[in-house]
Amino acid sequence: MKRMSRRERILRYALLLLVLVITIGPFLWQLSTSLKSPAEDVYSDPPRLLPGDPTLENYSGVAEIIPVWDYALNSLKVAAANVVTNCVGASLAGYALARLRFRGRKIAGLLFVMALLVPLESIIIAQFTTMQQLELNNTLVAVVLPGAVGALNVLLMRNAFQALPYELEEAAVIDGANVWQRFLRIGLPAVRGTLAVVAIFAFMTAWDDFLWPLIVLSDSENFTLTVGLNFLHGTFQNDPRLVAAGTVIAVAPLIVMFACLQRYFFRGVGEGAVKG
Amino acid sequence: MRVRTHRTVSPWLFLLPGLAITLAFNLYPFLSTAYKAFTDARTLTAGSWVGLENFRQLLSDELFWVALRNSLLYVALVVPFTVLLPLLLALLVEQRIPGVAFFRSAFYTPVVASVVVVGLIWSWMLDDRGLVNSLLVTLGADRVNFLGDQWLLLFSAMALTVWKGLGYYMIIYLAALGNVPRELHEAAAVDGAGPVRRFVSVTVPAVRSTMVLVGALSSVAAFKVFSEVYLLAGPDGGPAGADTTLVMLVQRVGTGLGGRVGYASAISLVIFAIALALMLLVLRADRKEDAP
Repeated sequence: MKRMSRRERILRYALLLLVLVITIGPFLWQLSTSLKSPAEDVYSDPPRLLPGDPTLENYSGVAEIIPVWDYALNSLKVAAANVVTNCVGASLAGYALARLRFRGRKIAGLLFVMALLVPLESIIIAQFTTMQQLELNNTLVAVVLPGAVGALNVLLMRNAFQALPYELEEAAVIDGANVWQRFLRIGLPAVRGTLAVVAIFAFMTAWDDFLWPLIVLSDSENFTLTVGLNFLHGTFQNDPRLVAAGTVIAVAPLIVMFACLQRYFFRGVGEGAVKG
Repeated sequence: MRVRTHRTVSPWLFLLPGLAITLAFNLYPFLSTAYKAFTDARTLTAGSWVGLENFRQLLSDELFWVALRNSLLYVALVVPFTVLLPLLLALLVEQRIPGVAFFRSAFYTPVVASVVVVGLIWSWMLDDRGLVNSLLVTLGADRVNFLGDQWLLLFSAMALTVWKGLGYYMIIYLAALGNVPRELHEAAAVDGAGPVRRFVSVTVPAVRSTMVLVGALSSVAAFKVFSEVYLLAGPDGGPAGADTTLVMLVQRVGTGLGGRVGYASAISLVIFAIALALMLLVLRADRKEDAP
């Protein structure tokens, strides 16, 4: 490959830095705002990029206005439940679609594909009335249920199981292993990469979700973090420091998770977009 | 398939959780939406059949037309940027130069953050006295009331959508660029083609089908926009509701104890139909071009 000229190299890094400021800058500005003390002017011209006297006051301050830690716990419960239901439900269904032969398999597969074609936003009112009928409105269970086993995840797991060589299971069949044993001991360990992708995206979508929890949760004590932050924004917009502290609490766990598990995040984008 | 067929019920046990959720919370709600669109149902009452009455009302509902215009405008103005900018970004981080892995990850960060978080960050940055205006004043320009004007507000929300999607589509493009033979570029460079020329006549044709995929994904997503506008404009959709989008209208009309479920279902069907049409339209454009 041709070596990059010095000029091109400098130009590339300059552009990279420019995009870095555009993509990361807003987060850093928010972090900086959250660390500014009430005495410091956050509206100054020119803006003061760094807090003059960094303080964690706003983090306890935001907790006095909204129960931000309870909301974080609600979000955590929803996200954890979403991970478990999606991993279990999608791998079971994916395995059946890829590896078991039975009447109605094609139809079952088609149902998941059809579900993928229905935009969530166009059925959200019907989901709301369904929850109303089940008397689940305003509960965290209702937040989890509609996405508990995502159709896309089922199809991702199906593809992963399909890609495994059959020889892997034939030996087990000869040894007399039944279908559950083959699923648990041979199938699942072989697709753990895809399973990790499903788990991570299940966590992220549940933690970040806004429209559905906004619709289904009406009582402020059941709010998830995103709905709570929206509420905070509406009522106490006059103090950007507090809103900033709240948003940092909401985004920090995901940024840490992303920093540790980047590989799977990137893999998930490819598989979700192309095969979905 | 060589693995033995099963006589037991276990295949259906395997499918039970996934199928039950999909049927109960995806496919049944869709059928129920399609039915209720022709009734005057409310949140607590089942309602009765009213034929096309809801759709007739839609035609004379000014807010519906405003919302439809906003959602379609969102597609028209957002999609060109989400197709092109991430491709340029992918070309920028494609080369293995020192530190590039860090930049890739950093560019992806807005994707990981909740739309609520980035919505609040932007509404603080675009505030009358926020960072952007403060920089403008420092540079000697006038303040801009980004969130007070109907159009500036909508454009700000669009910019937010493009910004948040940059990293996501960049990763999709990176995978596609990995499959473009490097010799093509080198041959073009030897022939004396400059960077712009190489982009137009080598890169674009090579990743065209990925561009179509990104176009399809982002046009459906843009058409269904809710959170970005909701967070910047507030629940009422900005000045006099002028920034309401279709999904915002559904949320406002159909929820709560007095929600007009029938009417909201009619709007939902419109959303479904247009989203599907957009996807088919974009994908069909691809198939035509791929034909030999």
